[in-house]
Amino acid sequence: MEIVNANCATLSNYEVLKHLQKIKDSKKKHKGQLATITYETIRYLENTACSEQTPENIKECLNALAPFNLNKTEKLMIINSPPTTALDIQLMIEESEERLSEQQAEQILEIITRYFPHVMKEKVEQEEEATE
Amino acid sequence: MFILAEMKNVTRIPPELFNQKLNDAIAGELNKKLANKVVLNVGLCIALFDILSLQESFIFPGDGASHTRALHRRDIDWQNKELQRGRGVHVTLGFFDDILIPPSALQHPSKFNETEQVWVWEYNSDDGKVDLFMDAGESIRFRVTAEMFNETCPTGPATIQESQENPENKVPYSLTGSINEPGLGLLSWWDNQ
Repeated sequence: MEIVNANCATLSNYEVLKHLQKIKDSKKKHKGQLATITYETIRYLENTACSEQTPENIKECLNALAPFNLNKTEKLMIINSPPTTALDIQLMIEESEERLSEQQAEQILEIITRYFPHVMKEKVEQEEEATE
Repeated sequence: MFILAEMKNVTRIPPELFNQKLNDAIAGELNKKLANKVVLNVGLCIALFDILSLQESFIFPGDGASHTRALHRRDIDWQNKELQRGRGVHVTLGFFDDILIPPSALQHPSKFNETEQVWVWEYNSDDGKVDLFMDAGESIRFRVTAEMFNETCPTGPATIQESQENPENKVPYSLTGSINEPGLGLLSWWDNQ
């Protein structure tokens, strides 16, 4: 076996989830390792934010993020695990304090809430559970 | 993070699969060969993504040959469950679990609580010291700092003595993480701010 290109593209969690679901739903019976890994990966991905994303809202969100001069991996990371606080943004974006002003960080959070409202909702629910 | 890797492979299709479409048979064989396996210096393979091209098949005594592209995913992800042992914190993603956060990369200052068998972050807040426990099974966010591949191919017959000395299995692919930055660690630590 020969590896032509070890990294020819990156996939978002959403694409991976859809692809794996397609494999799982295909009529053929899958056995052994493939069944194990698709099952475990889907189970992991379903618990992440990508389970409620759609191609449209990802695309629109990316368009909205365009003016912030983020690089590809940073945008991918934002899509894969949408930040819910300014602290999250700091972790994902290198030297964010120099590159983004506080207003810009807030704008990013607003964009996230606009396109992926479920992320915030989940967080609120969790907090409610915690206070109960 | 998931990535695609392009690979070329000569796949042997045994005669009993000749009733299937060539593409399906090849996809099946490639998945059988690579799914849930670690490829050296690439990562953990999840599943075939698509086949880019096929060349003509040769028949040696019963062999079909083809060139294919496999989807590979390398995983670099955060937000996970966590297990623990004294040598650091072990993390699992559900499908990949050779992830270790060494004691030096925990929030500072942390110590291992022997009675509870958990790591504790001794957080200094304004109103005194607070012990933040990292209980097993909690979700955690961490940064991947290094990945390591280990050659696990059989390296020729080992002497009996050698194999007794090295009983532990080599891990083909492992990640090292760190949580010693603000915002990293148990999700609940940062929720209420």
